[in-house]
Amino acid sequence: MLRFVFTRLSLVVPTFIGITLLVFVLIRLIPGDPIETMAGERGIDPARHAQLRKEYGFDQPVLVQYGLYLSRLVHGDLGRSIVTHEPVISEFGTLFPATIELSVCAILFALCLGLPAGIIAAVRRNSIFDHGVMGVSLTGYSMPIFWWGLLLILLFSVQLGWTPVSGRIAVQYYIEPVTGFLLIDALLAGDFGAFRSALSHLVLPTIVLGTVPLAVIARMTRSAMLEVLGEDYIRTARAKGLPGFRVIAIHALRNALIPVVTVIGLQVGVLFTGAILTETIFSWPGVGKWLIEGINRRDYPVLQGGTLLIGAIVMIVNLLVDVTYGLINPRIRYTR
Amino acid sequence: MTAEVLKTPVVVAQASAPLHPLWEFWSHFKANFGAVAGLVVIVVLVLLALFADFVAPHSPILTNNAAFLKPPFWQQGGAIAYPLGTDAIGRDILSRLIHGARLSLLIGIAVVTLSVISGTVLGLVAGFFRGVIEISIMRLMDITLTLPSLLLAIVIVAILGPGLMNAMLAVAIVLLPHYVRIARAAVISEVSKDYVTAAKVAGAGRLRLMFKEVLPNCAAPLIVQATLGISTAILDAAALGFLGLGAQPPLPEWGTMLADAREFVLRAWWVVTLPGLAILVTVLAFNLLGDGLRDALDPKLKR
Repeated sequence: MLRFVFTRLSLVVPTFIGITLLVFVLIRLIPGDPIETMAGERGIDPARHAQLRKEYGFDQPVLVQYGLYLSRLVHGDLGRSIVTHEPVISEFGTLFPATIELSVCAILFALCLGLPAGIIAAVRRNSIFDHGVMGVSLTGYSMPIFWWGLLLILLFSVQLGWTPVSGRIAVQYYIEPVTGFLLIDALLAGDFGAFRSALSHLVLPTIVLGTVPLAVIARMTRSAMLEVLGEDYIRTARAKGLPGFRVIAIHALRNALIPVVTVIGLQVGVLFTGAILTETIFSWPGVGKWLIEGINRRDYPVLQGGTLLIGAIVMIVNLLVDVTYGLINPRIRYTR
Repeated sequence: MTAEVLKTPVVVAQASAPLHPLWEFWSHFKANFGAVAGLVVIVVLVLLALFADFVAPHSPILTNNAAFLKPPFWQQGGAIAYPLGTDAIGRDILSRLIHGARLSLLIGIAVVTLSVISGTVLGLVAGFFRGVIEISIMRLMDITLTLPSLLLAIVIVAILGPGLMNAMLAVAIVLLPHYVRIARAAVISEVSKDYVTAAKVAGAGRLRLMFKEVLPNCAAPLIVQATLGISTAILDAAALGFLGLGAQPPLPEWGTMLADAREFVLRAWWVVTLPGLAILVTVLAFNLLGDGLRDALDPKLKR
């Protein structure tokens, strides 16, 4: 098992170095002088220009600059935002819980609907329900989620007035951040009004962000279940006279879940992609919206640092999924 | 008597003659209702795109000061001159949607062509020349795959600057790893087969082996992935357009139209609903077609 973990790790390290290189090259590829780009249209006087060049290390050879960048990185220094002058890493830290809260809710939503739908579709193969699930999930998979969000706002916020249009909580509530997750913090503070407000702000973004994972999970569960249901041991279980529910819930589902778990692990990247769009539509104060604002303001350190951190997080989650998978399923350890 | 005996085997031999592969493919494909429906929608879209100049009732960029935010014709205040209404500066929505089909199909096809060609070449090279070349190509692809697709596309657009061309290039790069992986895996499994050895013994050079012998035999998964890639390309390019990083106004790209329409979500449902519906239908059609192609081309799933 240890050897398996080490081989996985040895694959991750070069990828991470590759990402640092990519992110480092990024700022250098942007046409024009980076200092002048940062200064914007007002321009900058030559003395200040030279001083800034020295400060950012632009007067050094490129390789030295990369070395300096790496050493700052190791010390947790990702630079400062040009707009707010806050360290990029601390801005990321304050906004990241909002993205996690939304993503966790989205994946729970996808699981709660996707797993049962996939199972029933497989058990009642070729029924109307099965065709319905497959049709709906293919539609969900093809959905431009930025439009889906607007549609839901149009229906539930504008027409029916059930949910708020944007933001994370109504302005009259202030919750002292403890965990950074508003739902938990509101409960810790014992403020149920705030909890209800946070929950109602969360509903639409959760549906929007959960749509694509929901479609993927439903399809994957169905095909995994279909494969398992054709196995001999299922027939044996049925022949023994076990009730149908027990065969499906205990015997079949357990083995069908293995590919489903992998697929859920692979949704992390999809969730980040979705979070960028969802947060932009709902003005959700998370890292996705922050990155888009960073681009529009030409705040390159934010883009650079944010990309690196998100890349690192996706990589770590993928590594964890891989290792857990090897732990659950010993065959993987030896065959790969 | 003898004549009769001779006759029978001939008839049997004719009946068991194998179908032409294309014909067999079609018979599998047409049994799939979804795939045929997808194909029909795509054919209609292609025709609309080709004849957009004749079909569209108005110019897609011409504004009309007298008709701001006119609703579709069946609603009060709508007029048959603007069947699906007008946008905030008086442009005909239907005409913009039709011309948008042209843009979206162009984006999908151009992006996937670029991605498939460069991806296949890289994959073939990686599969044939193992060692350092393979490792460096595959590592680079791993890095590309690690970053969330839209984030990578955004980073690339941030480097190149916003615009339709750059957005297309960014999406092509994002899609690249899939084709490289498929091509490489197919090459590795094909290279050890007898027909390749035979061609090698017959004196075929590396290039001939790569493109004439191996490539046609790993075409099926590439075709399927390319069809599904068109839908991803259209979706991602529209997302970039929506974020203001793709096609720039006044181009009638569907994602860009949605971005313009966002502020009118409270007043004019049609400017928000229709472009998104166009994206959904197009992407769904390509996904249905891709699924159908996979079922028809994949011998493992054939019954």
